[in-house]
Order: sequence, then C-alpha cells, then structure tokens
Amino acid sequence: MSRDVELDHVTMRFGDFTAVNDVSLHIKAGEFFSFLGPSGCGKTTILRMISGFMDPTGGAIRIGGQDMRGIGPNKRPTALIFQNLALFPMMSVADNIAFGLEMRGVDKAARRKRAEELLDLIALPGSGDKRIDELSGGQKQRVAIARALAVEPQVMLLDEPLSALDLKLRQHMRAELRAIQRRTGLTFIYITHDQGEALTMSDRVAVMSRGRIEQVGPSASIYDAPETPFVATFVGENNVFRGKVTAAADGLARVETPAGVLLGRNARGMSVGSDALIFVRPERMRLDPADAGDNRVTRPVAHLDFEGSFANLVLSAPEGSPRPILVQLANDGRLGSLQPGAERTVGFAPADGLVLPAGELAKD
Amino acid sequence: MSELVKRYGLGITTAMVLVTAFWLIVMVVLPALVMVEYSFHTNVPVTKRGGPEDYYTLDNYLSLVRGTDWSTWTFPNDFRVFLRTIWGAALVTLLSLVVCYPVAWYVAKLAKPQRAAMLLLLLVIPFWVNEILRTFAWYIILAYQGPLNAALLGIGILEKPVRWLSGSGGVLIGMVYAFLLFMMFPLINAIETLDMNQVEAAEDLGAPWWQIHRRIVIPHAKPGIAVGCIMVFVLAASSYIVPSLLGSPGTRWFTETIYVWFFEGQNWPRGSAYAFILLGLCVGFIMLMMRIFRVGLADIAK
Ligand SMILES: Nc1ncnc2c1ncn2[C@@H]1O[C@H](COP(=O)(O)OP(=O)(O)O)[C@@H](O)[C@H]1O
Ligand SMILES: [Mg+2]
Repeated sequence: MSRDVELDHVTMRFGDFTAVNDVSLHIKAGEFFSFLGPSGCGKTTILRMISGFMDPTGGAIRIGGQDMRGIGPNKRPTALIFQNLALFPMMSVADNIAFGLEMRGVDKAARRKRAEELLDLIALPGSGDKRIDELSGGQKQRVAIARALAVEPQVMLLDEPLSALDLKLRQHMRAELRAIQRRTGLTFIYITHDQGEALTMSDRVAVMSRGRIEQVGPSASIYDAPETPFVATFVGENNVFRGKVTAAADGLARVETPAGVLLGRNARGMSVGSDALIFVRPERMRLDPADAGDNRVTRPVAHLDFEGSFANLVLSAPEGSPRPILVQLANDGRLGSLQPGAERTVGFAPADGLVLPAGELAKD
Repeated sequence: MSELVKRYGLGITTAMVLVTAFWLIVMVVLPALVMVEYSFHTNVPVTKRGGPEDYYTLDNYLSLVRGTDWSTWTFPNDFRVFLRTIWGAALVTLLSLVVCYPVAWYVAKLAKPQRAAMLLLLLVIPFWVNEILRTFAWYIILAYQGPLNAALLGIGILEKPVRWLSGSGGVLIGMVYAFLLFMMFPLINAIETLDMNQVEAAEDLGAPWWQIHRRIVIPHAKPGIAVGCIMVFVLAASSYIVPSLLGSPGTRWFTETIYVWFFEGQNWPRGSAYAFILLGLCVGFIMLMMRIFRVGLADIAK
C-alpha cells in the first residue's frame, strides 16, 4: 500500500536563512516524483522534513492525510535512502537488510527469511553473510534499497542515491529503481541535481531554485514548456536573447533585442513594453533557415563540436548577450564547410521561440 | 628506513637509530632484565651472594599463591590483595566507561563545535595539576568532616556522614577521576569518526535511542572502548599514589604489597617477582580485551 504526501505552504528557516520557502505540492500515492535543482536549493531539507528529522518552521506536511508534525522518523511510514547510503559496516548484509525488522521485534528466523526474499528481489541471492565492504557500488546501492523496503514503508525517500556511481551503472540503476517502484507500487520521492535522472525516471518533476518551486509537471512539459527563465536554462540547453516586447498578437510576441527583432510564442501572455527573454533550444535552431521570417541572426562561427551523429555549432555571442549561440546540427556529411571565423546565418520558426518574462537564469 | 636515509643522510640516520637503540637498551631493556634475573634468586644477604644458598628458584612466584585452600576459599594475604586489585581495577575500568561514554557521545556528536572545544578544555585543565595534588584534593573532599558529606547532609540525601575513606569508595572514586582522560579521549576519538547518517538511518528504520547505541555507536566505538579500558585498567592496577593516599589499611593495593617486599621486607627477589606478576596481569588483561572486542594491535595503535 502506498500513501500520498502533501506539502502545505512548507517553509524551513535556519536562523535568517530560508532554505525552503513556501512550498505547496501534492504527491499522489504510487507516484514517482522527483525534486530537481542545483546543489544547495533545499532538496535535502525537504526530504528531511518529510522523513521527520526536522519539522518545518512553517506550514504542514501530511502523509496519507495525517499531519506529521511532532512524529519522529522512527514512527513515520517513510524510509529514507541516504546520499551516502549509510549502510552499517559492522553488520552483515542480511543483518543490514533485517535491521528494521529487528527493531520491530521480529524473531531471528523470520528476519532471516525476509532478508533472503529481499536479496532475491534485488538480484543478490545468497549474499546475506557477506560483509558490506565486500560489495561493489551497485550492490551496496541495492542493499540500501532492500533495507528500506524491509520495513514496508508507504513512501520511499531517495536523496541522490546514484550520485556516487559511475555513468554506466547509474543508467542501469535508473531502470532498476523505476522497475522496483512499479513492482512495489510505492510512492517514490526522488531528489537529484541530474536532470537526465529526473526526466527519465519520474512521473512528475518539481524544479527548485533557492528554496522555491519553479515548476511542477511531467518530464515532457518541463522540457518543452518551461514556465520560468530558470527552468528554461536549468533543464537542457537553451539559447537566450534579452529584449523588450514591442508587439503581442495571436499568441505570439515580437521582442526587440540587440541582435534584431525576434518573434516567439507568447506563452505567458506578456504585454507590450515588458522586459522579456526569448528562448530557443539548440535542436530547434536552423542553419540558413527558409521558414524563419525575420528570426535570423548572423554571427561568426566560434567552433564546431563534432559528436558523431550530430554536431554542436557554436557561434560567438550576439550583441548584448554573454552567451554564445548553440545550434545542434544533424550530420549530413557537409559539416566540414563550417570553418571558424566564417559568418553564418541561423534562425528559428516563431513556434520554436519561447517568450518569458525577464528573470533569473540558471548558472551554466 | 631508506626514506629516513634519503631525508637526513646516512650519518644522521645512523646516529638517530643508535641513540634510540641505546635509550631502549640501557633505559628499558637492561633494568627489566636485571629485575627478571633477580626474581628467580633466593633472598640471601649480600655476603652470601654466589654461595650455595644463592640458587635459581620459582619460589618467589609460587609464594604468592602458597597456602591457598580453594575448598574453604581461604587465601594468603598477598594473594587476597592481588585478587582485590584485579577486582578493584576492573571496577574502576567499568565505572570510567560508564561515566565517560555519555560525555564522549555528547562532546563528539551532540555539542556544537565551540561548546565541545570548551568542554574538552574544562576536562583537561584539572590534569595540568600534579597527580598527587589532585588526589589530595579528593582526600579533602571525601574527608569525614569534608565538603562532600556536608553537601549531601545539607540537601538531605544523607542522614549522617559517610566514612568514604575507610572503605574502597575513596580509592575507586579517586582512580576513576585520576584516569578519566585515558578513557575519555579514546572514546571521543572513536565516536567522532562515526558517520551520523548511520545513526539517522537506524532511527529512520525504527530504532529507539538505546538500540542505536547498542547496535550502531558501541560497535563502531569498540576499538576506542578497548583502548580506554586497557589504559585505565593498567593504570589502575599499577597505581600507587591513589591507593596509598585514599585507601585504608583494609584496602591495600598490590602495588603497596610490592613496595613492602622491596623496602620494608628487604626481599628484592620477592618484590621483583610480584612486579612481574602484576605485569603479567596487565598483559593478560590487554589480550583479553583484544579478544573480547575483536580488535587487533593495529586498531589500537590507531
Ligand atoms: N541544519 C542546517 N543549518 C543551517 N543551514 C542549513 C542546514 N541544513 C541545510 N542548510 C542550508 O540550507 C540550504 C539547502 O540545503 P540542502 O537542502 O542540503 O540543499 P540540497 O540538498 O538541495 O543541495 C543550504 O544552503 C544549506 O547550507
Ligand atoms: Mg542534498
């Protein structure tokens, strides 16, 4: 059985510093939900409040409808998987997994049996008597998951559990975590600063910055329809042009920038005269565009990063912007013509440009 | 070694090694060997040295237990003192552990860094005072008409004053205090290295506070506990000052027995033999601790 988690205007202050600022969210039962944000934005603080290691200074946390204030971590229906796993090195693998049951007074034989079952589940059968330091990184990871599952939590909380693994193992464990979540049907709340992890595994993602939620939604909407400049630049790459709205009609906005007048989707309904940013994904940029109308910028080539099936073309930054222009090009066999220094024109269809109110960008 | 040669050159390295070796041999090994030799001799006046009455014997060692009757549970005097010393030192060790563990846990993990530093300083400062003076301070505190009795009477815990110094109480308190830091520092060092995520993980999995200590903190601190126990036991068993100042005739310590054989009995072979029995006791205790706590010499050296 799994339960839903509700954050109701949750705020956490450490002295003068506000680590989590008025966060309201409803995480559904059985959902794989991720918090995504740069390091220091308050993700761990949120998780520690849900698991009960601290109570919020303002607002309420409800699990399965029940207010959790004052209820300690050992009394909540949650299990936390720590960033460094925090396995117990002086106990065997089986004793680690069965620790929660031992604390609940389950007898030795039953504990052993349950540990064996969980070892089967995590594909480590017969490893119960091993020491923790005999396991590889991925195996430790799985033991930590089994140890949390053993207490039959209704909500699993995971704090960047894959960050210590190498790339290949990380990708494998993503699939495995997702499979365990599907099989158990538990609510998973997952924290990461790695957007790939959040986007591939989650049903929904909350993007955080400086203790606030910037946007909540399914992975595709986070990437395709960012609602704030921070999300637009933190999740995936984006070209940015800064300017003022000079006309707005038919769901489009015209923005006057130092690099020229550019047209994009007016997703937030901005009015004439307001400060705006216009974002274009590198894979939506076109070289020598036919359908771009006035959305054209001509700049010298800075360099070309060849990746095999595609290449990233970098043009030097347009006037009034510190960021170079990125263009992702499919490899059509003619990339050799893009020599550094040559002036090239790139552009984008108005539907591929996104106009948002001016605001803070993610650091790159 | 080769590293030393590289760093200081052959001449200085050789000199350093020779000086160290000289120190060890002349100041440590030779006197001990002389004592060992002594302990196997009969006790004869100087004039009869080398004569027919001066031969090698185990008698000095055996005399400790001679006359023991296990069926009636009667022991000769020296052996009784020896057994009481073991018991007393073990009790001091246990008391030190019980007193120091909560403090070490607090200093190592709960206190904010500044407060922890402050507490450590407060613990250490009294130990800048000479051991004899500190022990005398307890002599005054524990006196029949002393401040401890006055305080306990004052707040109504006691009906009438207690003679702390006539039983073993004074010696136990004095020793726990005298060797406090030798338990405290190994414990703090060991507990400090514990990853608090493990404590939180245990709590998250449903462990109450005492299970966290039983299953997580104490197993982690085992090497520190072993070192602390070894230090305190050895220091307590071989302490002379505390029992002679705070003890009473009924609570003689084995070190005092050794002293008596050496200087009052003028029986140096017997004194040496007893000293080695005490050494053997300490070595035995060290090995027992290493067995119980399953720690190796390397762990302890850390
Ligand atoms: N116990 C605490 N006392 C003071 N500041 C804290 C405490 N815990 C976290 N912070 C601060 O709150 C901010 C958010 O921390 P955290 O939630 O760990 O971020 P994240 O997990 O997203 O990297 C950080 O700036 C951190 O320094
Ligand atoms: Mg974190």
